[in-house]
Amino acid sequence: MDILDLTAVELSQKIKAKEITVVEATKAVLDQIDKKEESYNCYVTVDKEGALERAAKVQEKIDNGELSGPLAGVPVAIKDNMCTKGMLTTCSSKILSNFIPTFSSQAVINLEEAGAVIIGKTNMDEFAMGSTSETSYYGPTKNPWNTEHVPGGSSGGSAAAVAAKECYYALGSDTGGSIRQPAGYCGVVGLKPTYSTVSRYGLIAYGSSLDQIGPLCKDVTDCATILDVIASHDEKDSTSVERKDGKFTDALVNDVAGLKIGIPKDYFGEGLDSEVKEAVLAAAKVLEEKGAIVEEFDLSLVDYAIPAYYTIASAEASSNLERFDGIKYGYRTEEYEGLHNMYKKTRSEGFGPEVKRRIMLGSFVLSSGYYDAYYLKALKVKALIKKAFDDAFAKYDVILGPVAPTTAPKIGESLSDPIKMYLGDVYTISANLAGLPGICLPCGIDSKGLPIGLQLLGDCFKENNIIRAAYTYEQARGKITNKGLEA
Amino acid sequence: MAREYETVIGLEVHVELATKTKIFCGCSTAFGGAPNSHTCPVCTGMPGSLPVLNKQVVEYAVAVGLATNCKITQYCKFDRKNYFYPDNPQNYQISQLYLPICRDGKVEITTDEGTKFVGIHEIHMEEDAGKLVHDDWDDCSYVDYNRSGVPLIEIVSEPDMRSAKEVIAYLEKLRTTIQYLGASDCKLNEGSMRADVNISVREVGAKEFGTRTEMKNLNSFKAIARAIENERARQIDIIEEGGQVVQETRRWDDNKEYSYAMRSKEDAQDYRYFPEPDLVPVSISDEWIESIRSNQPEFKDEKKKRYMDEFGLPEYDADIITGSKKMADMFEEATAICGKPKKVSNWLMGETMRLLKDRDIEFEDVKFDAVNFSKLVNLADEGKVNNQVAKEVFEKVFDENIDPEEYVKANGLESNSDAGELKEVIQKIVDANPQSVEDYHNGKTKAIGFLVGQTMKEMKGKANPAMINQILTEILNG
Amino acid sequence: MANVISDETIDYVGILAKLELNDEEKEQAKKDMASMLDYIDKLGELDTTGVEPMSHVFAVNNVFREDVVTNGDGSKDTLANAPEEKNNMLGVPKTFD
Repeated sequence: MDILDLTAVELSQKIKAKEITVVEATKAVLDQIDKKEESYNCYVTVDKEGALERAAKVQEKIDNGELSGPLAGVPVAIKDNMCTKGMLTTCSSKILSNFIPTFSSQAVINLEEAGAVIIGKTNMDEFAMGSTSETSYYGPTKNPWNTEHVPGGSSGGSAAAVAAKECYYALGSDTGGSIRQPAGYCGVVGLKPTYSTVSRYGLIAYGSSLDQIGPLCKDVTDCATILDVIASHDEKDSTSVERKDGKFTDALVNDVAGLKIGIPKDYFGEGLDSEVKEAVLAAAKVLEEKGAIVEEFDLSLVDYAIPAYYTIASAEASSNLERFDGIKYGYRTEEYEGLHNMYKKTRSEGFGPEVKRRIMLGSFVLSSGYYDAYYLKALKVKALIKKAFDDAFAKYDVILGPVAPTTAPKIGESLSDPIKMYLGDVYTISANLAGLPGICLPCGIDSKGLPIGLQLLGDCFKENNIIRAAYTYEQARGKITNKGLEA
Repeated sequence: MAREYETVIGLEVHVELATKTKIFCGCSTAFGGAPNSHTCPVCTGMPGSLPVLNKQVVEYAVAVGLATNCKITQYCKFDRKNYFYPDNPQNYQISQLYLPICRDGKVEITTDEGTKFVGIHEIHMEEDAGKLVHDDWDDCSYVDYNRSGVPLIEIVSEPDMRSAKEVIAYLEKLRTTIQYLGASDCKLNEGSMRADVNISVREVGAKEFGTRTEMKNLNSFKAIARAIENERARQIDIIEEGGQVVQETRRWDDNKEYSYAMRSKEDAQDYRYFPEPDLVPVSISDEWIESIRSNQPEFKDEKKKRYMDEFGLPEYDADIITGSKKMADMFEEATAICGKPKKVSNWLMGETMRLLKDRDIEFEDVKFDAVNFSKLVNLADEGKVNNQVAKEVFEKVFDENIDPEEYVKANGLESNSDAGELKEVIQKIVDANPQSVEDYHNGKTKAIGFLVGQTMKEMKGKANPAMINQILTEILNG
Repeated sequence: MANVISDETIDYVGILAKLELNDEEKEQAKKDMASMLDYIDKLGELDTTGVEPMSHVFAVNNVFREDVVTNGDGSKDTLANAPEEKNNMLGVPKTFD
C-alpha cells in the first residue's frame, strides 16, 4: 500500500510501530508536492528544509518516548491565515506578501506540541474572502478531482492538499463555510467546531465573531483526533471557552440508534442540483437504516442568513483589515505624498478586488446614518436565526443537508457575479451566525466525476452528535476514491 | 446696548489609570523605557493578536464612578472606534460607546461665586494611543507604541459650567478625587490627565445652546483658562459680525495664545462604532460594586472636616493640605510620628509651599518622607536648632530627603543651650556696647536686636534666639 | 434596482476605508454595492421589534487578566516587519499634529 494513502492516525501508528519513519513520511509528502504542485497550486509556501529538520527531531522524541500522541510525526499543512513563527504568512494577499510573524497561532502551537511536522502554508481566497480560492494573490488553486474546477474556498488550498495527498491533514478556517464547502468540493472531511472551541489567537481575523479554525482530513477518525489536539481553552483569546465535555474521539461510535435527525425542507428547494439532492437524501436513508430517526421539518429564515452574514462579516472585516496600512508590516507602496496618500495607495495596491468590495460594503453599513438600518438589523436577524436553530435542536440532535447547492463549479464561473457566489454559501453560513458545529464528508460522486458533500450540523458544544453520525455513515458508505488523481 | 453673552462649557477628561499593565495585554505601563520596549503583538496591532481585559481597569473605573455619584452600568460592553492614524496601531481604538461603564453622575464644586453641581454624562474605558515623534530635520515622523494600550477612562461632563473658574474647580475636584482613589496621579503637565473643552456661547437668557467647538491640547490650568477666554471672545466676535460658529475641533497653541481648526478632508469624523467582537461583555454584580464601595478611601471633604475637628487646623490650612492626597498623607504620617499636628501643618503651609513655588513643582513630585520631615519638626520645635538653621535644614530635607538629625550633628548646627557659656558671652557683648545699652534704656527697644545679632555672631549661629533674648533682658534689666 | 450609489457616497466610503479607486473600479463598486444593498434590504421584511441585537453568540461574560506584567522587551519583534525604522521606532510619512 502506498504510504500516502494512509490516514493521519494510521500513519502515526505505523511510525510508532517503527514501520515508517517520520522523515520517510515527510519525504513522501514532499515528493508528492514536487509532482503535483504545478497542477494544483495548493501551497503558498513549502518549507522543505524546515520540515525535514523537524521530522528528524520529532522522530527522536518519539523514539525516546517524549511524544506518543496519535498525531506524532504526521506531516500537516496550515492555511496561510494562521501565524507561524518565522514562516511567511500572507493570507494570500499582496499586502502581507513579505510578512513573517514573530509568534505562532495557538492551534499551530497545539499541533507542534503533539509532534506535528509542518510542511507549509496553503493557498486560500485572499483574507478568506471567497468561495473558490480564485481570489488569491498567488493564483487559483485547482481541484485535484478535475483541474478545470475550483477546489472551493476559502480553505481551498488546505482541502486540495489533503485530496492531492500533498499532506496528511490540514488546518483551515471557517467564517461562512470555508472549511466545509471546500471539503465537499474536494471529497475530504472538514469540520468547523463550535465557535470558541479552538483558540483564534494567531488566526488573522476576517469576521471575528464568526471565524473558527478546524481540520480538513481524510476521514472522520482523523477529524475527531485532530480536534482533540487543537481545541484548547486559551487565556489569550477572550472568546475561548473551556470544554469539559470529554474527548471528541469518544464520539467515534458506529451507532446512531435513536439519534434524531432533522432534514430542513428549506434546504432542498430551488437551486439545489438534483444529483446533489439525491446523494444527500440517500445518505439520510443510510443513517435511517442504521437506526436514526429521520424526519423533515421547516427551519425557517434560511433566506435571511446570507444578507445578515454579508452585513456582519463585511463590517467586521472592514475594521479588522484597517491594520494593514504600510506602517508596521507588510507591503508599502513605493511612491507617495504624505500619510493619507500612503495609506490609500498601499491599500489600493495591496488588496484585491473582492477584499476591497467587502471593505467598502462593510465601511458603508457601519457609517453614520446606516448603522441601525443595516448592521444593527443584521445583528437582530442573527438573534432570530439563532433562536430558529435553538428550536430545531430542541427536537433534533443533528440537522442533515447538502454542503453546497452544486458540486465544484468551473474556474472563472463564479467571480463574475458576486451575488451568485454568495448564494452558494446558503447551507453553510447559518452555522457561523449561530456558532454551531458542522461537519462535511463525501456522500457520492456526480456524473461529472466530482464529489458531493454531505453536511451535518449539531447544536453548540454537541460535536459528539455530528461526529457519531458522520462516523457511522462513513463506515456504512465505504470508500470514495478519486480516480482522476490515480491516473 | 451691547448684548451680554454666557459661556457654556462641558469637558471631556481623559485620565490614565495607575495600573501596572496595559488595558489589554501584559506589557508594563512604566514611563521611561526605550522606544517600543513596552510592546507586544497585542498593543502593536499584529495580525492575529487578541485583547484580554485587565480587571483592575474595571475596578478603577467603577471606583471613580462611585466617587462621582454615577450609576454603574452592570452589563457593559466595548466598542471599536475606527479611524486611521499612525499612533493607533490597529487603526481602531477599543473604547465604549453604546454601554459605557458609568452614567449620570455629579460632583459638587465650589468657587468664590458659591457651590454648584456639575453633571457627569458618562465615564467610559478605552485604550491610549502611542506617541508620534517628529524630527525637524527628517521628512519622516516616528512611532513609539510604549503608551499604546495604556488604560484610560474618559469622563464626559454635562455642559454645566459657565466660566473658566468653574472648569478649574471641576478639574481640581476630579483630580483630588481620583488621586485619593489611587486610580491615577492626574498630572496635566505629563498627560496623565488631559482635558478637551467643549465651548459655546449664547445670549444671556437664551434657551438653546449655541454651536460648540472642541478645544484640544490644553496642558495646564492656566492654558485652559486662557483658551476658554480666547474661544469665548472668538465666538462672540463671529456672532457679532453676523457669522455662524462652525462645529469643529480646534487645537490650542499656548505659546501663541491662539487656536486653529484641526480639519482635513481626509478626516471624516465618522468612527463607525460597533461592538468589539474580540472581547466579551463585562457584568458587574451588586456584590462587586459593594466591595469596591467598601474600599473607598476618606475623600477630601470628609478629611478636611476631620482635620479641623480633630487637629484644630484652620479651614484654610485644612483645605490646602487635603487638596493633595500626598500632602494629606504626609500630614497624617508626620503627625502620627511626632504628635504635633499644628507644627506639621505650619511647616507644610509655610516653608513647603514656598519651596514648591520656588522649585515650580507640585506636592506629588516631592521626594522627602514623613520620618525625616517629622524629625525636622521636632528639632525646630525643641529649639535644638534655631529657626534660621531649621529652614536651611528643611530645604535639604525637601530637596534630598536627608536625615536632619544626622545632618545637624555632622555640620555642628545644634543650638548651644548651655546657659552658663551663653551668659558669659552676652555679658561680654553688653560690656563692649555701652551705646546700645544706653539706647535700650532710653526706650529704643530696637537696640536689643543689635545685641542679639552680635551674640549670635559670637556663637556662630549655634544659639537658641529665645534663650539669648531671655538672658539679655535679664542682664539689661538686672 | 432600488439602491443607487452616488459618486459622493463611493468617494466618502473610500475616505473611510482608505481605498482609492480608479474610475472603472468606482463604477464597478457603485454597481456591486447597490446590488448587495438591494439584497441586504431583504432583512427589512423581518419584523425585529423587541429583538435584542446579538453581538456575541454565547452569553459568556467577565473574561479578565490580572494586572501583572508578563511581557518583557518586545521592541525587536515589534520592528521585525517594519517597512521603515529608525532609533527603535517605526517610520511613517511626516505627520503634523
